[in-house]
Amino acid sequence: MKYYDKLIFDLSKEGRQGYSLPANKWEALVSELPAGLLRAEAPALPQVSELDVVRHYTNLSQMNFGVDSGFYPLGSCTMKYNPKINEEIAAMPAFAGLHPLQPAGTVQGVLRLYKELSHALSEITGMAEFTLDPFAGAHGELTGLMIIRQYHMSRGDLKRTKVIVPDSAHGTNPASAAVCGLEIVQVKSKENGLVDVEDLKPLLDDTIAGIMMTNPNTLGLFEKDIKEIAALVHDCGGLLYYDGANMNPLIGMVRPGDMGFDVLHLNLHKSFSTPHGGGGPGSGPVGVAAHLAQHLPVPKVVEDEDGLLHVVGDDPMTCGQISGFMGNFGVLLRAYTYILMLGKQNVRMVGPLAVLGANYIKESLKDCYKLPIESVCKHEFVFDGLLDQSTGVTTLDIAKRLLDYGFHAPTIYFPLLFHQAIMIEPTETESKETLDGFIEIMRHIAAEAISDPESLKTAPHTTPVRRLDETTAARQPVLKVKDMN
Amino acid sequence: MAFAYFPHTEDDIRQMLDRIGVGSLEDLYSDVPQDVIYRKEYDLPDAMSEHEVRQYFEALAEQNTSLFCLCGLGAYDHYSPAVIPHIISRSEFLTAYTPYQPEVSQGTLRYIFEYQSMITELTGMYCTNASMYDGATAAAEAMMMAMASTKKKTRVLLSEGLLPQVIKVVKTYAKFNGVELGFIPCQDGATSYGAMLTELAAGDVAGVLVPGINKYGIIEDFTGFADAVHAQKGLFMVYSDPSSLAVIKTPGEWGADIVCGDSQTMGIPLCYGGPYVGFLACTKDHVRKLPGRIVGATKDVDGKRAYVLTLQAREQHIRREKATSNICSNQSLMALYVTVYMSLMGPKGLREVNELSYGGAHYLHDQLLQTGLFEKAFDKPFLKEFTLKALVPAEKIQDALQMIGVFGAVEVEPGLVNFCVTEKVSKENVDAIVGYLKELEA
Repeated sequence: MKYYDKLIFDLSKEGRQGYSLPANKWEALVSELPAGLLRAEAPALPQVSELDVVRHYTNLSQMNFGVDSGFYPLGSCTMKYNPKINEEIAAMPAFAGLHPLQPAGTVQGVLRLYKELSHALSEITGMAEFTLDPFAGAHGELTGLMIIRQYHMSRGDLKRTKVIVPDSAHGTNPASAAVCGLEIVQVKSKENGLVDVEDLKPLLDDTIAGIMMTNPNTLGLFEKDIKEIAALVHDCGGLLYYDGANMNPLIGMVRPGDMGFDVLHLNLHKSFSTPHGGGGPGSGPVGVAAHLAQHLPVPKVVEDEDGLLHVVGDDPMTCGQISGFMGNFGVLLRAYTYILMLGKQNVRMVGPLAVLGANYIKESLKDCYKLPIESVCKHEFVFDGLLDQSTGVTTLDIAKRLLDYGFHAPTIYFPLLFHQAIMIEPTETESKETLDGFIEIMRHIAAEAISDPESLKTAPHTTPVRRLDETTAARQPVLKVKDMN
Repeated sequence: MAFAYFPHTEDDIRQMLDRIGVGSLEDLYSDVPQDVIYRKEYDLPDAMSEHEVRQYFEALAEQNTSLFCLCGLGAYDHYSPAVIPHIISRSEFLTAYTPYQPEVSQGTLRYIFEYQSMITELTGMYCTNASMYDGATAAAEAMMMAMASTKKKTRVLLSEGLLPQVIKVVKTYAKFNGVELGFIPCQDGATSYGAMLTELAAGDVAGVLVPGINKYGIIEDFTGFADAVHAQKGLFMVYSDPSSLAVIKTPGEWGADIVCGDSQTMGIPLCYGGPYVGFLACTKDHVRKLPGRIVGATKDVDGKRAYVLTLQAREQHIRREKATSNICSNQSLMALYVTVYMSLMGPKGLREVNELSYGGAHYLHDQLLQTGLFEKAFDKPFLKEFTLKALVPAEKIQDALQMIGVFGAVEVEPGLVNFCVTEKVSKENVDAIVGYLKELEA
């Protein structure tokens, strides 16, 4: 990676252009509009040539690290390989050129994909029906909670306004619950990192709408009391929500529907190989048990007796419409491409190989890094910093030093249960050689912490920029070119 | 079994299991209750080769009909330059995560900073976030932002001129978030100022959301709106198509506090409704309530100019249930489409896109009125899409157009149909379509 300092605005020169448009043969001109409806000055956008644009963004890309650049063990983010065929299928003009309001008769292929992908996700998760409308994981959480509230409201059970969230949950869980108008009740984890069933019991009453669980949880540990928890929550009239951010280790082995979950979301950009794109677009399909299907959002796809597919835009029992059209169709195409490549045979190996990699790294490093909970993990696990913490080297220093050695850093300082959390998730697409290389560097860093702690505290040294002044960025925000100087 | 996405040999697996100290892959699931281990066969297709996958999707694609697009209503068939897919498919952008490690994410951070600079330039706002899912959810976030910014108020007013899908999504969020919605009807095709005053007078209004260009395609005149809303201590919010803001009066100029909308109009393919990219922008007073990622400029320890996610104290991973929103991801890659598009187009290109669309739309409008199938619905200014009153059932016109491979005449309301023209439509196209409709009428 090399440093390149320009903004596209720096390349701008009056009179240059990067576009080609047809000659204007029309008669009417925008200037005929009433002057009061027109903007006073042209926007100050850059004026650059096509090559300027290509070279500028190519230079920018070379300061970025992706899964294709190297190992990306970011915990809870499932940075698996994004197959190239996915991109080619999603770009097919016969899909990419379709207007979302086209009549159902002209988009039967699209609607068939909604049906087939929903079916495949049902098979993999054990849920009865799916909506593919939610745009992302957090959006799926919100949609799932809306379905739960709609269920209680439709039964006239209006007291259920609280949702239980474990203290180890992803930050989106409580935030989604709040947006859905629910009050959050926290349940504690035990010493072994699992939900404390005894702490849960007194919380369960007729004001509980449900519980949000991540299983395996954010420590990468399987909540083995899940069936007891499910029975307790169901007995009090609540529903179980499954946060699918950690679904990857269960693919091919365990189905949330079989554990007693009523609603779940999946992150297609995690478990189903669609690219993260620097933060999005994602896709967060929501699956439900049969008795909740009527509350799924609209629009939904239904099949008639003749096998023709239709889009239903309204429904009295639905929780409502949660996306402008029908979700991130382009992402759905990628995910289904991946499922077809896997097929019923390879799907069985996704979870086990992901779990194999995580345990392999854990066992290879636990003599240098503090493993707070000794247990078989699932797709990820958490170290609580270095075993020898006398050097003052922190988790942040370790993460930054990894960048020098060509690895992306793991997730750090999450979950909040440990002060020096380092959360590592390798995924099933990484080879033993890659993991061995990572292990070797992690051991080397642990040795450096003793021999040369300063090199860690000032890391990274070889990246295009080094540690940033984040305090000034927040105190004196510079949020656009016009704020500079 | 060997598979292209799994690099493990039998020997690798054996060595790794040995290091862990378990006998088999299944032993790694010894903590899972055995009765939930799934042992049945999945009802999924057999694994396919890439070639077979291509054939599968080609067959699926044949069940779709590609149509020449004369429809707007929230998704627009603008031209997307060839450069865009090439930049987008650079894997350093495509396969990166959210830029949590800024030292190796300057590419993503830099283009988001440029995106923020461009969107604020178009909208006339102080700050925008690094993107939302789509326009409709951005409008819902705007509603929640207005509620958070004006504590103790209970109502948000929506213009009935907003796109139907925007109203539906805002309604869903409002229902669960405990927000009471009021509606301002349209009069002669535009949001009624008088009706808004009446609703405002009823009190308790946190904000008013109106469309810059409404569902009829009409460019709204907001003279007096911002003052009236501010007089009641509410926020004035505009739903905008940012492409149009290269020429039409900006929400900033109208006195808006918050602006939301969808940037699909700037380089993003139709793709049956997604992925698109919403935006949410605001004045300086409201930045700390703005949801989503925001990038700021700073320096590194060596004094180099660098960029970083900032003002994170607003966000869910810090504030959990006290955050203004649950938004976690952004539509970063879609924001890159828009940034590259705006870089290529510049102020002149974006203006020319609007000129071509305006000229074509007005020509089509006038020609359609001569077919005998339509009459004027409104007498108000429009940009690239417009509404006509259909004199025969709209479905008949839509079907007839479909016969010649054209998608248009979608009903906005019973008897009122939408048409939209972009720079992809030529005079020859319009003449052929109108000629066909004239024959049909005869």
